[in-house]
Amino acid sequence: MRNIWIIWQKELRSYFVSPIAYLLLTMFALIFGWMFWNMLAAFVVYGMESQMRGQPMPMNINEEVIRPLLSNIGVIGMFFVPMITMRLFAEEKRSGTIELLTTSPIRDMEVILGKWLAAVTLYASMLLLTALNLLFLFKYGNPDWKPILVCYLGLLLQAAALLALGTFISTTTKNQIIAAAGTFGLCLMLWLLSWTGSYETSTWAQVLSYASIVTHFESFAKGVIDTKDAVFYLTLIFLGLFFTARSMESLRWRS
Amino acid sequence: MISVKQLTKKYARNLAVDHISFEVQKGQIVGFLGPNGAGKTTTMRMLTCFLPPTSGGATVAGFDVLEQPLEVKKRIGYLPESPPLYPEMETGEYLTFVGKLKGLSGAELKKRVDYVCERCAVADVRNKLLGRLSKGYRQRVGLAQAIIHNPDVLVLDEPTAGLDPKQINETRDLIKGLAGDHTIILSTHILPEVEQTCEQVVIITKGKLVATDSVTNLQNRARGAESLLVEVGARDGAVDAAVVVARLQQIPGVSRAQLKTSHGDRSVFEVESQKGFVRGELARAVVQAGWDLNELRPAAVSLEEIFLQLTGAEAPAEAGSKGVK
Repeated sequence: MRNIWIIWQKELRSYFVSPIAYLLLTMFALIFGWMFWNMLAAFVVYGMESQMRGQPMPMNINEEVIRPLLSNIGVIGMFFVPMITMRLFAEEKRSGTIELLTTSPIRDMEVILGKWLAAVTLYASMLLLTALNLLFLFKYGNPDWKPILVCYLGLLLQAAALLALGTFISTTTKNQIIAAAGTFGLCLMLWLLSWTGSYETSTWAQVLSYASIVTHFESFAKGVIDTKDAVFYLTLIFLGLFFTARSMESLRWRS
Repeated sequence: MISVKQLTKKYARNLAVDHISFEVQKGQIVGFLGPNGAGKTTTMRMLTCFLPPTSGGATVAGFDVLEQPLEVKKRIGYLPESPPLYPEMETGEYLTFVGKLKGLSGAELKKRVDYVCERCAVADVRNKLLGRLSKGYRQRVGLAQAIIHNPDVLVLDEPTAGLDPKQINETRDLIKGLAGDHTIILSTHILPEVEQTCEQVVIITKGKLVATDSVTNLQNRARGAESLLVEVGARDGAVDAAVVVARLQQIPGVSRAQLKTSHGDRSVFEVESQKGFVRGELARAVVQAGWDLNELRPAAVSLEEIFLQLTGAEAPAEAGSKGVK
Protein backbone atom coordinates (compact mmCIF):
# COMPACT_ATOMS: atom_id res chain seq x y z
CA MET A 1 0.00 0.00 0.00
CA ARG A 2 2.74 2.38 1.07
CA ASN A 3 4.70 1.71 -2.12
CA ILE A 4 1.67 2.43 -4.30
CA TRP A 5 1.30 5.72 -2.48
CA ILE A 6 4.99 6.60 -3.06
CA ILE A 7 4.74 5.92 -6.79
CA TRP A 8 1.38 7.73 -7.01
CA GLN A 9 2.88 10.81 -5.37
CA LYS A 10 5.89 10.79 -7.65
CA GLU A 11 3.82 10.38 -10.82
CA LEU A 12 1.31 13.03 -9.90
CA ARG A 13 4.15 15.37 -9.08
CA SER A 14 5.78 14.85 -12.46
CA TYR A 15 2.46 15.61 -14.14
CA PHE A 16 2.20 18.87 -12.27
CA VAL A 17 5.80 20.09 -12.50
CA SER A 18 5.68 19.72 -16.26
CA PRO A 19 3.21 21.70 -18.36
CA ILE A 20 1.30 18.50 -19.25
CA ALA A 21 -1.21 18.64 -16.43
CA TYR A 22 -1.95 22.35 -16.86
CA LEU A 23 -2.25 22.02 -20.61
CA LEU A 24 -4.69 19.12 -20.32
CA LEU A 25 -6.73 20.80 -17.58
CA THR A 26 -6.97 24.02 -19.56
CA MET A 27 -7.86 22.39 -22.85
CA PHE A 28 -10.44 20.15 -21.28
CA ALA A 29 -12.02 23.00 -19.32
CA LEU A 30 -12.13 25.21 -22.42
CA ILE A 31 -13.75 22.55 -24.57
CA PHE A 32 -16.25 21.70 -21.87
CA GLY A 33 -17.04 25.35 -21.27
CA TRP A 34 -17.60 25.96 -24.96
CA MET A 35 -19.92 22.98 -25.32
CA PHE A 36 -21.73 23.83 -22.12
CA TRP A 37 -22.33 27.41 -23.16
CA ASN A 38 -23.61 26.46 -26.59
CA MET A 39 -25.94 23.78 -25.34
CA LEU A 40 -27.27 25.96 -22.58
CA ALA A 41 -27.82 28.90 -24.94
CA ALA A 42 -29.73 26.67 -27.34
CA PHE A 43 -31.79 25.37 -24.43
CA VAL A 44 -32.62 28.87 -23.25
CA VAL A 45 -33.56 30.09 -26.74
CA TYR A 46 -35.71 27.04 -27.29
CA GLY A 47 -37.39 27.60 -23.95
CA MET A 48 -38.16 31.22 -24.72
CA GLU A 49 -39.56 30.35 -28.14
CA SER A 50 -41.85 27.73 -26.73
CA GLN A 51 -43.09 30.24 -24.18
CA MET A 52 -43.68 32.92 -26.81
CA ARG A 53 -45.79 30.49 -28.78
CA GLY A 54 -47.97 30.48 -25.72
CA GLN A 55 -47.89 26.75 -25.21
CA PRO A 56 -44.97 26.04 -22.85
CA MET A 57 -43.52 22.57 -23.36
CA PRO A 58 -42.29 20.63 -20.40
CA MET A 59 -38.51 21.03 -20.47
CA ASN A 60 -35.96 19.13 -18.46
CA ILE A 61 -32.45 20.50 -18.00
CA ASN A 62 -31.12 17.06 -17.02
CA GLU A 63 -32.48 15.47 -20.16
CA GLU A 64 -31.73 18.20 -22.61
CA VAL A 65 -28.46 19.76 -21.45
CA ILE A 66 -26.57 17.68 -18.94
CA ARG A 67 -27.05 14.24 -20.46
CA PRO A 68 -25.98 15.05 -24.05
CA LEU A 69 -23.21 17.27 -22.74
CA LEU A 70 -21.66 14.59 -20.54
CA SER A 71 -22.10 11.93 -23.24
CA ASN A 72 -20.15 14.12 -25.63
CA ILE A 73 -17.52 14.89 -23.08
CA GLY A 74 -17.00 11.14 -22.59
CA VAL A 75 -15.97 10.93 -26.24
CA ILE A 76 -13.82 14.07 -26.01
CA GLY A 77 -12.10 12.58 -22.98
CA MET A 78 -10.95 9.65 -25.12
CA PHE A 79 -8.71 12.04 -27.02
CA PHE A 80 -7.04 13.06 -23.77
CA VAL A 81 -6.29 9.55 -22.54
CA PRO A 82 -3.23 8.98 -24.78
CA MET A 83 -1.71 12.26 -23.65
CA ILE A 84 -2.00 11.15 -20.04
CA THR A 85 -0.70 7.61 -20.37
CA MET A 86 1.95 7.87 -23.06
CA ARG A 87 4.81 8.79 -20.75
CA LEU A 88 3.98 6.46 -17.86
CA PHE A 89 6.35 3.63 -18.81
CA ALA A 90 7.78 4.71 -22.16
CA GLU A 91 9.73 7.52 -20.56
CA GLU A 92 11.06 5.33 -17.75
CA LYS A 93 12.22 2.82 -20.31
CA ARG A 94 13.91 5.42 -22.46
CA SER A 95 15.74 7.16 -19.64
CA GLY A 96 16.68 3.94 -17.87
CA THR A 97 14.91 4.84 -14.63
CA ILE A 98 12.90 1.66 -15.02
CA GLU A 99 16.03 -0.08 -13.73
CA LEU A 100 15.71 1.85 -10.48
CA LEU A 101 12.08 0.79 -10.06
CA THR A 102 12.64 -2.85 -10.92
CA THR A 103 15.69 -3.21 -8.67
CA SER A 104 13.97 -1.61 -5.68
CA PRO A 105 12.19 -3.75 -3.11
CA ILE A 106 8.79 -3.04 -4.61
CA ARG A 107 6.45 -5.27 -6.59
CA ASP A 108 5.65 -4.68 -10.25
CA MET A 109 1.95 -4.44 -9.44
CA GLU A 110 2.61 -1.67 -6.93
CA VAL A 111 4.44 0.35 -9.60
CA ILE A 112 1.63 -0.25 -12.08
CA LEU A 113 -1.17 0.60 -9.66
CA GLY A 114 0.64 3.74 -8.48
CA LYS A 115 1.10 4.97 -12.02
CA TRP A 116 -2.41 4.08 -13.17
CA LEU A 117 -4.01 5.68 -10.11
CA ALA A 118 -2.00 8.86 -10.75
CA ALA A 119 -3.36 8.92 -14.31
CA VAL A 120 -6.90 8.36 -13.00
CA THR A 121 -6.40 11.14 -10.45
CA LEU A 122 -5.34 13.57 -13.17
CA TYR A 123 -8.40 12.66 -15.23
CA ALA A 124 -10.62 13.01 -12.16
CA SER A 125 -9.30 16.51 -11.54
CA MET A 126 -10.10 17.37 -15.16
CA LEU A 127 -13.68 16.19 -14.57
CA LEU A 128 -13.84 18.08 -11.30
CA LEU A 129 -13.06 21.35 -13.06
CA THR A 130 -15.90 20.76 -15.52
CA ALA A 131 -18.30 20.25 -12.63
CA LEU A 132 -17.83 23.92 -11.73
CA ASN A 133 -19.85 24.81 -14.82
CA LEU A 134 -22.74 22.67 -13.69
CA LEU A 135 -22.85 24.45 -10.33
CA PHE A 136 -24.31 27.45 -12.16
CA LEU A 137 -27.29 25.33 -13.14
CA PHE A 138 -28.03 24.75 -9.48
CA LYS A 139 -27.97 28.47 -8.82
CA TYR A 140 -30.43 29.39 -11.61
CA GLY A 141 -32.35 26.19 -12.06
CA ASN A 142 -33.32 23.04 -10.33
CA PRO A 143 -31.57 20.05 -11.90
CA ASP A 144 -31.61 16.63 -10.30
CA TRP A 145 -28.14 16.01 -8.80
CA LYS A 146 -28.26 12.23 -8.52
CA PRO A 147 -28.15 11.41 -12.26
CA ILE A 148 -25.30 13.92 -12.65
CA LEU A 149 -23.31 12.07 -10.05
CA VAL A 150 -23.96 8.71 -11.72
CA CYS A 151 -22.99 10.25 -15.03
CA TYR A 152 -19.68 11.42 -13.63
CA LEU A 153 -19.10 8.00 -12.11
CA GLY A 154 -19.61 6.51 -15.58
CA LEU A 155 -17.19 9.02 -17.12
CA LEU A 156 -14.57 8.16 -14.55
CA LEU A 157 -15.02 4.41 -14.99
CA GLN A 158 -14.86 4.68 -18.76
CA ALA A 159 -11.69 6.77 -18.58
CA ALA A 160 -10.15 4.48 -15.95
CA ALA A 161 -10.60 1.55 -18.32
CA LEU A 162 -9.03 3.40 -21.23
CA LEU A 163 -6.21 4.63 -18.99
CA ALA A 164 -5.47 1.05 -17.96
CA LEU A 165 -5.22 0.05 -21.63
CA GLY A 166 -3.07 3.10 -22.32
CA THR A 167 -0.76 2.15 -19.46
CA PHE A 168 -0.34 -1.24 -21.04
CA ILE A 169 0.52 0.22 -24.43
CA SER A 170 3.05 2.51 -22.78
CA THR A 171 4.97 -0.50 -21.46
CA THR A 172 5.42 -1.91 -24.96
CA THR A 173 7.64 0.86 -26.30
CA LYS A 174 10.39 3.33 -25.44
CA ASN A 175 8.88 5.93 -27.70
CA GLN A 176 6.18 8.17 -26.25
CA ILE A 177 4.81 9.11 -29.67
CA ILE A 178 4.28 5.44 -30.53
CA ALA A 179 2.61 4.86 -27.15
CA ALA A 180 0.31 7.83 -27.75
CA ALA A 181 -0.54 6.85 -31.32
CA GLY A 182 -1.27 3.26 -30.31
CA THR A 183 -3.47 4.31 -27.42
CA PHE A 184 -5.27 6.85 -29.57
CA GLY A 185 -5.97 4.25 -32.24
CA LEU A 186 -7.27 1.79 -29.67
CA CYS A 187 -9.54 4.39 -28.04
CA LEU A 188 -10.93 5.38 -31.41
CA MET A 189 -11.50 1.77 -32.39
CA LEU A 190 -13.26 0.97 -29.12
CA TRP A 191 -15.55 3.91 -29.74
CA LEU A 192 -16.30 3.11 -33.39
CA LEU A 193 -17.08 -0.53 -32.62
CA SER A 194 -20.51 0.65 -31.53
CA TRP A 195 -21.37 1.56 -35.14
CA THR A 196 -21.85 -2.03 -36.20
CA GLY A 197 -24.84 -2.40 -33.93
CA SER A 198 -26.72 0.37 -35.69
CA TYR A 199 -27.26 -1.42 -39.02
CA GLU A 200 -26.44 -5.07 -38.35
CA THR A 201 -28.35 -7.41 -36.12
CA SER A 202 -26.23 -10.54 -36.57
CA THR A 203 -24.55 -12.04 -33.57
CA TRP A 204 -21.05 -10.87 -34.40
CA ALA A 205 -22.25 -7.34 -34.86
CA GLN A 206 -23.92 -7.55 -31.47
CA VAL A 207 -20.69 -8.83 -29.90
CA LEU A 208 -18.60 -6.09 -31.49
CA SER A 209 -21.09 -3.49 -30.46
CA TYR A 210 -21.04 -4.86 -26.95
CA ALA A 211 -17.26 -4.57 -26.85
CA SER A 212 -17.48 -0.88 -27.65
CA ILE A 213 -16.71 1.36 -24.75
CA VAL A 214 -19.46 3.92 -25.41
CA THR A 215 -22.43 1.56 -25.50
CA HIS A 216 -21.85 0.88 -21.82
CA PHE A 217 -21.92 4.55 -21.01
CA GLU A 218 -25.51 4.96 -22.11
CA SER A 219 -27.01 3.61 -18.90
CA PHE A 220 -24.77 5.86 -16.77
CA ALA A 221 -25.80 8.83 -18.93
CA LYS A 222 -29.42 8.08 -18.10
CA GLY A 223 -28.51 8.14 -14.44
CA VAL A 224 -28.80 4.43 -13.95
CA ILE A 225 -26.04 2.29 -12.47
CA ASP A 226 -26.37 -0.92 -14.44
CA THR A 227 -24.24 -3.66 -12.87
CA LYS A 228 -23.56 -5.22 -16.24
CA ASP A 229 -22.03 -1.99 -17.56
CA ALA A 230 -20.07 -1.31 -14.40
CA VAL A 231 -18.72 -4.85 -14.57
CA PHE A 232 -17.72 -4.28 -18.19
CA TYR A 233 -15.60 -1.30 -17.23
CA LEU A 234 -14.12 -3.04 -14.21
CA THR A 235 -13.23 -6.04 -16.36
CA LEU A 236 -11.52 -3.78 -18.86
CA ILE A 237 -9.55 -2.12 -16.05
CA PHE A 238 -8.52 -5.49 -14.72
CA LEU A 239 -7.52 -6.69 -18.19
CA GLY A 240 -5.50 -3.57 -18.90
CA LEU A 241 -3.60 -3.78 -15.64
CA PHE A 242 -3.11 -7.50 -16.03
CA PHE A 243 -1.61 -7.05 -19.50
CA THR A 244 0.59 -4.28 -18.11
CA ALA A 245 1.95 -6.62 -15.46
CA ARG A 246 2.61 -9.36 -18.01
CA SER A 247 4.27 -6.89 -20.35
CA MET A 248 6.50 -5.59 -17.56
CA GLU A 249 7.50 -9.14 -16.73
CA SER A 250 8.23 -10.00 -20.35
CA LEU A 251 10.39 -6.89 -20.49
CA ARG A 252 12.76 -8.67 -18.16
CA TRP A 253 12.77 -11.96 -19.97
CA ARG A 254 13.40 -10.38 -23.34
CA SER A 255 15.11 -7.11 -22.48
CA MET B 1 28.31 -12.31 0.57
CA ILE B 2 27.74 -12.97 -3.10
CA SER B 3 27.83 -16.44 -4.48
CA VAL B 4 27.35 -17.06 -8.18
CA LYS B 5 26.88 -20.59 -9.43
CA GLN B 6 26.83 -21.60 -13.08
CA LEU B 7 25.01 -18.39 -13.93
CA THR B 8 23.86 -18.35 -17.54
CA LYS B 9 21.90 -15.88 -19.61
CA LYS B 10 20.80 -16.67 -23.09
CA TYR B 11 19.22 -14.12 -25.37
CA ALA B 12 17.34 -15.12 -28.48
CA ARG B 13 20.46 -15.90 -30.48
CA ASN B 14 23.56 -15.41 -28.40
CA LEU B 15 24.82 -16.62 -25.09
CA ALA B 16 25.52 -13.44 -23.13
CA VAL B 17 26.73 -15.09 -19.95
CA ASP B 18 28.00 -18.65 -20.04
CA HIS B 19 28.11 -20.66 -16.80
CA ILE B 20 29.91 -18.19 -14.59
CA SER B 21 30.75 -19.07 -11.00
CA PHE B 22 32.53 -16.99 -8.41
CA GLU B 23 32.33 -15.94 -4.78
CA VAL B 24 32.73 -12.58 -3.12
CA GLN B 25 33.56 -12.30 0.56
CA LYS B 26 32.08 -9.69 2.88
CA GLY B 27 33.73 -6.27 2.72
CA GLN B 28 35.69 -6.94 -0.45
CA ILE B 29 35.90 -4.75 -3.51
CA VAL B 30 35.73 -6.90 -6.57
CA GLY B 31 36.57 -5.66 -10.03
CA PHE B 32 34.52 -7.14 -12.78
CA LEU B 33 36.76 -6.85 -15.77
CA GLY B 34 36.16 -7.51 -19.40
CA PRO B 35 36.09 -5.87 -22.81
CA ASN B 36 32.92 -4.12 -23.92
CA GLY B 37 30.15 -6.60 -24.60
CA ALA B 38 31.69 -9.33 -22.46
CA GLY B 39 28.54 -9.79 -20.38
CA LYS B 40 29.43 -7.62 -17.39
CA THR B 41 26.23 -5.61 -17.40
CA THR B 42 24.10 -8.70 -17.98
CA THR B 43 25.70 -10.45 -15.00
CA MET B 44 25.15 -7.41 -12.81
CA ARG B 45 21.55 -7.14 -13.93
CA MET B 46 21.01 -10.74 -12.90
CA LEU B 47 22.57 -10.07 -9.50
CA THR B 48 20.25 -7.11 -8.96
CA CYS B 49 17.18 -9.12 -10.02
CA PHE B 50 16.61 -6.90 -13.05
CA LEU B 51 17.01 -9.89 -15.34
CA PRO B 52 16.23 -13.48 -14.43
CA PRO B 53 18.99 -15.97 -15.28
CA THR B 54 18.32 -18.58 -17.96
CA SER B 55 19.91 -21.22 -15.80
CA GLY B 56 22.13 -21.42 -12.76
CA GLY B 57 21.68 -19.00 -9.93
CA ALA B 58 23.15 -16.57 -7.49
CA THR B 59 22.66 -15.68 -3.87
CA VAL B 60 23.21 -12.23 -2.42
CA ALA B 61 23.56 -11.95 1.36
CA GLY B 62 22.16 -15.46 1.59
CA PHE B 63 19.05 -14.83 -0.50
CA ASP B 64 18.40 -16.35 -3.88
CA VAL B 65 17.88 -13.86 -6.72
CA LEU B 66 15.11 -15.93 -8.25
CA GLU B 67 13.35 -17.18 -5.13
CA GLN B 68 13.51 -14.12 -2.87
CA PRO B 69 14.02 -11.11 -5.12
CA LEU B 70 12.45 -8.65 -2.66
CA GLU B 71 14.89 -9.66 0.09
CA VAL B 72 17.82 -9.37 -2.31
CA LYS B 73 16.66 -5.97 -3.54
CA LYS B 74 16.46 -4.70 0.03
CA ARG B 75 20.13 -5.53 0.54
CA ILE B 76 21.55 -4.34 -2.72
CA GLY B 77 22.38 -0.90 -4.02
CA TYR B 78 22.70 -0.61 -7.76
CA LEU B 79 24.18 2.05 -9.98
CA PRO B 80 23.39 1.18 -13.61
CA GLU B 81 25.64 2.31 -16.43
CA SER B 82 23.71 5.53 -16.83
CA PRO B 83 22.44 6.81 -13.47
CA PRO B 84 18.65 6.38 -13.25
CA LEU B 85 17.74 10.01 -12.62
CA TYR B 86 14.46 11.84 -13.17
CA PRO B 87 15.41 15.13 -14.83
CA GLU B 88 12.39 16.96 -13.40
CA MET B 89 13.31 16.22 -9.79
CA GLU B 90 15.66 18.08 -7.50
CA THR B 91 18.59 16.18 -6.00
CA GLY B 92 17.28 16.13 -2.42
CA GLU B 93 13.79 15.28 -3.52
CA TYR B 94 15.07 12.46 -5.71
CA LEU B 95 17.14 10.95 -2.92
CA THR B 96 14.13 11.14 -0.61
CA PHE B 97 12.02 9.36 -3.22
CA VAL B 98 14.59 6.59 -3.67
CA GLY B 99 14.96 6.29 0.11
CA LYS B 100 11.20 5.78 0.42
CA LEU B 101 11.26 3.21 -2.37
CA LYS B 102 13.93 1.31 -0.47
CA GLY B 103 11.76 1.31 2.64
CA LEU B 104 13.13 4.19 4.70
CA SER B 105 10.85 6.69 6.41
CA GLY B 106 10.64 9.51 8.91
CA ALA B 107 13.72 10.74 10.79
CA GLU B 108 15.78 7.81 9.54
CA LEU B 109 15.11 8.81 5.93
CA LYS B 110 16.06 12.42 6.59
CA LYS B 111 19.25 11.36 8.31
CA ARG B 112 20.29 9.07 5.48
CA VAL B 113 19.58 11.72 2.81
CA ASP B 114 21.75 14.21 4.72
CA TYR B 115 24.44 11.59 5.14
CA VAL B 116 24.66 10.48 1.51
CA CYS B 117 24.57 14.09 0.29
CA GLU B 118 27.57 14.76 2.50
CA ARG B 119 29.31 11.51 1.66
CA CYS B 120 28.99 11.79 -2.09
CA ALA B 121 29.63 15.54 -2.12
CA VAL B 122 26.33 16.50 -3.69
CA ALA B 123 25.11 18.70 -0.81
CA ASP B 124 25.76 21.88 -2.81
CA VAL B 125 23.40 20.81 -5.62
CA ARG B 126 20.65 19.60 -3.33
CA ASN B 127 18.12 22.08 -4.66
CA LYS B 128 19.10 21.83 -8.28
CA LEU B 129 17.14 19.97 -10.93
CA LEU B 130 18.81 16.69 -11.85
CA GLY B 131 18.40 17.48 -15.54
CA ARG B 132 20.71 20.46 -15.11
CA LEU B 133 23.58 18.65 -13.37
CA SER B 134 26.93 17.96 -14.99
CA LYS B 135 28.01 14.41 -15.72
CA GLY B 136 30.23 14.22 -12.63
CA TYR B 137 27.42 15.29 -10.33
CA ARG B 138 24.96 12.97 -12.01
CA GLN B 139 27.31 10.08 -11.39
CA ARG B 140 27.70 11.03 -7.72
CA VAL B 141 23.96 11.41 -7.26
CA GLY B 142 23.69 7.96 -8.82
CA LEU B 143 26.14 6.65 -6.27
CA ALA B 144 24.28 8.44 -3.48
CA GLN B 145 21.00 6.74 -4.46
CA ALA B 146 22.76 3.38 -4.49
CA ILE B 147 23.95 3.70 -0.88
CA ILE B 148 20.93 5.50 0.56
CA HIS B 149 19.53 2.46 2.35
CA ASN B 150 22.96 1.36 3.57
CA PRO B 151 22.91 -1.88 1.59
CA ASP B 152 25.19 -4.82 2.31
CA VAL B 153 26.13 -5.12 -1.33
CA LEU B 154 26.86 -2.40 -3.85
CA VAL B 155 26.76 -3.16 -7.55
CA LEU B 156 28.32 -0.44 -9.67
CA ASP B 157 28.26 -0.68 -13.44
CA GLU B 158 31.16 1.31 -14.88
CA PRO B 159 31.03 3.98 -12.21
CA THR B 160 33.75 6.09 -13.80
CA ALA B 161 32.66 5.90 -17.43
CA GLY B 162 32.54 9.25 -19.12
CA LEU B 163 34.10 11.24 -16.29
CA ASP B 164 37.13 13.47 -16.60
CA PRO B 165 40.41 12.31 -14.97
CA LYS B 166 39.90 14.40 -11.84
CA GLN B 167 36.37 13.12 -11.34
CA ILE B 168 37.58 9.58 -11.96
CA ASN B 169 40.03 9.90 -9.10
CA GLU B 170 37.40 11.41 -6.82
CA THR B 171 34.94 8.65 -7.64
CA ARG B 172 37.56 5.95 -7.06
CA ASP B 173 38.45 7.41 -3.68
CA LEU B 174 34.77 7.56 -2.81
CA ILE B 175 34.31 3.91 -3.74
CA LYS B 176 37.38 2.87 -1.78
CA GLY B 177 36.02 4.78 1.19
CA LEU B 178 32.77 2.86 1.00
CA ALA B 179 34.50 -0.51 1.03
CA GLY B 180 34.59 -0.97 4.78
CA ASP B 181 30.82 -1.02 5.24
CA HIS B 182 29.76 -2.53 1.96
CA THR B 183 30.73 -5.40 -0.26
CA ILE B 184 31.33 -3.82 -3.62
CA ILE B 185 31.29 -5.30 -7.05
CA LEU B 186 32.19 -2.89 -9.81
CA SER B 187 32.52 -3.45 -13.51
CA THR B 188 35.01 -1.75 -15.74
CA HIS B 189 37.03 -2.22 -18.84
CA ILE B 190 39.76 0.06 -17.54
CA LEU B 191 42.65 -1.85 -16.04
CA PRO B 192 44.36 0.71 -13.83
CA GLU B 193 41.02 1.17 -12.14
CA VAL B 194 41.12 -2.42 -10.97
CA GLU B 195 44.73 -2.16 -9.89
CA GLN B 196 43.94 0.94 -7.89
CA THR B 197 40.61 0.14 -6.29
CA CYS B 198 40.01 -3.57 -6.17
CA GLU B 199 41.27 -6.44 -4.08
CA GLN B 200 39.82 -9.19 -6.17
CA VAL B 201 39.38 -9.46 -9.92
CA VAL B 202 36.93 -11.44 -11.97
CA ILE B 203 37.79 -11.38 -15.64
CA ILE B 204 35.21 -12.39 -18.21
CA THR B 205 35.16 -12.28 -21.94
CA LYS B 206 32.47 -13.27 -24.41
CA GLY B 207 30.34 -14.40 -21.49
CA LYS B 208 32.93 -16.81 -20.14
CA LEU B 209 34.85 -16.54 -16.92
CA VAL B 210 38.56 -16.59 -17.69
CA ALA B 211 40.19 -15.78 -14.37
CA THR B 212 39.27 -14.97 -10.83
CA ASP B 213 42.03 -14.11 -8.43
CA SER B 214 43.29 -11.40 -6.13
CA VAL B 215 44.96 -8.42 -7.75
CA THR B 216 48.22 -9.17 -5.92
CA ASN B 217 48.27 -12.74 -7.13
CA LEU B 218 47.68 -11.67 -10.67
CA GLN B 219 50.42 -9.10 -10.42
CA ASN B 220 52.78 -11.69 -8.97
CA ARG B 221 51.91 -13.95 -11.79
CA ALA B 222 52.88 -11.13 -14.05
CA ARG B 223 56.00 -9.88 -12.30
CA GLY B 224 57.35 -12.50 -9.94
CA ALA B 225 58.37 -15.13 -12.36
CA GLU B 226 59.53 -13.46 -15.49
CA SER B 227 58.66 -15.10 -18.70
CA LEU B 228 60.73 -14.29 -21.78
CA LEU B 229 60.23 -15.00 -25.41
CA VAL B 230 63.42 -15.71 -27.29
CA GLU B 231 63.51 -15.98 -31.03
CA VAL B 232 66.49 -17.95 -32.20
CA GLY B 233 67.58 -18.41 -35.77
CA ALA B 234 70.45 -20.04 -37.57
CA ARG B 235 72.21 -18.90 -40.75
CA ASP B 236 72.17 -22.35 -42.29
CA GLY B 237 68.54 -23.47 -42.10
CA ALA B 238 66.51 -24.34 -39.02
CA VAL B 239 67.93 -24.77 -35.55
CA ASP B 240 67.53 -28.02 -33.70
CA ALA B 241 64.93 -27.17 -31.09
CA ALA B 242 65.98 -29.87 -28.64
CA VAL B 243 69.58 -28.65 -28.65
CA VAL B 244 68.52 -25.06 -28.04
CA VAL B 245 66.20 -26.02 -25.19
CA ALA B 246 68.95 -28.06 -23.58
CA ARG B 247 71.38 -25.15 -23.89
CA LEU B 248 68.90 -22.63 -22.52
CA GLN B 249 68.13 -24.77 -19.52
CA GLN B 250 71.79 -24.81 -18.55
CA ILE B 251 71.73 -21.07 -17.96
CA PRO B 252 71.66 -20.37 -14.21
CA GLY B 253 68.33 -18.94 -13.07
CA VAL B 254 66.27 -20.48 -15.86
CA SER B 255 63.60 -22.76 -14.46
CA ARG B 256 61.97 -23.89 -17.65
CA ALA B 257 62.49 -23.56 -21.38
CA GLN B 258 60.34 -24.84 -24.18
CA LEU B 259 59.68 -24.39 -27.86
CA LYS B 260 56.70 -22.14 -28.36
CA THR B 261 56.31 -21.64 -32.09
CA SER B 262 58.36 -22.49 -35.08
CA HIS B 263 58.07 -21.08 -38.57
CA GLY B 264 60.72 -22.38 -40.91
CA ASP B 265 64.03 -21.08 -39.67
CA ARG B 266 62.46 -18.89 -37.01
CA SER B 267 61.87 -20.62 -33.71
CA VAL B 268 60.46 -18.89 -30.65
CA PHE B 269 61.24 -20.32 -27.24
CA GLU B 270 59.54 -19.43 -23.99
CA VAL B 271 61.91 -19.17 -21.07
CA GLU B 272 60.74 -18.83 -17.48
CA SER B 273 63.15 -17.55 -14.95
CA GLN B 274 63.12 -16.80 -11.26
CA LYS B 275 63.23 -13.23 -10.12
CA GLY B 276 66.27 -11.43 -11.44
CA PHE B 277 67.63 -10.71 -14.81
CA VAL B 278 68.84 -13.55 -16.94
CA ARG B 279 68.52 -11.71 -20.20
CA GLY B 280 72.23 -10.96 -20.47
CA GLU B 281 73.17 -14.56 -19.79
CA LEU B 282 70.54 -15.71 -22.21
CA ALA B 283 71.74 -13.48 -25.02
CA ARG B 284 75.36 -14.45 -24.47
CA ALA B 285 74.55 -18.17 -24.42
CA VAL B 286 72.62 -18.00 -27.68
CA VAL B 287 75.26 -16.00 -29.50
CA GLN B 288 78.15 -18.09 -28.16
CA ALA B 289 76.45 -21.24 -29.41
CA GLY B 290 76.62 -19.79 -32.89
CA TRP B 291 72.90 -19.01 -33.32
CA ASP B 292 71.31 -15.69 -34.13
CA LEU B 293 69.38 -13.93 -31.44
CA ASN B 294 66.60 -12.31 -33.42
CA GLU B 295 64.36 -11.16 -30.60
CA LEU B 296 64.26 -11.17 -26.85
CA ARG B 297 61.24 -9.75 -25.11
CA PRO B 298 59.26 -10.21 -21.93
CA ALA B 299 56.17 -12.36 -22.36
CA ALA B 300 54.00 -10.86 -19.63
CA VAL B 301 54.84 -7.90 -17.51
CA SER B 302 51.60 -6.29 -16.46
CA LEU B 303 48.03 -7.00 -15.62
CA GLU B 304 47.30 -5.50 -18.96
CA GLU B 305 49.14 -8.33 -20.71
CA ILE B 306 47.39 -10.93 -18.64
CA PHE B 307 44.11 -9.30 -19.37
CA LEU B 308 44.77 -9.19 -23.08
CA GLN B 309 46.00 -12.78 -23.09
CA LEU B 310 43.02 -13.99 -21.16
CA THR B 311 40.44 -12.06 -23.09
CA GLY B 312 42.16 -12.80 -26.37
CA ALA B 313 41.93 -9.20 -27.44
CA GLU B 314 44.35 -7.54 -29.80
CA ALA B 315 46.76 -5.28 -27.95
CA PRO B 316 45.59 -1.81 -28.81
CA ALA B 317 48.20 0.73 -29.86
CA GLU B 318 47.50 2.93 -26.88
CA ALA B 319 47.29 0.05 -24.44
CA GLY B 320 49.86 1.75 -22.26
CA SER B 321 47.94 4.96 -21.79
CA LYS B 322 45.78 4.77 -18.71
CA GLY B 323 42.68 4.38 -20.70
CA VAL B 324 39.64 6.54 -20.49
CA LYS B 325 36.93 5.35 -22.80
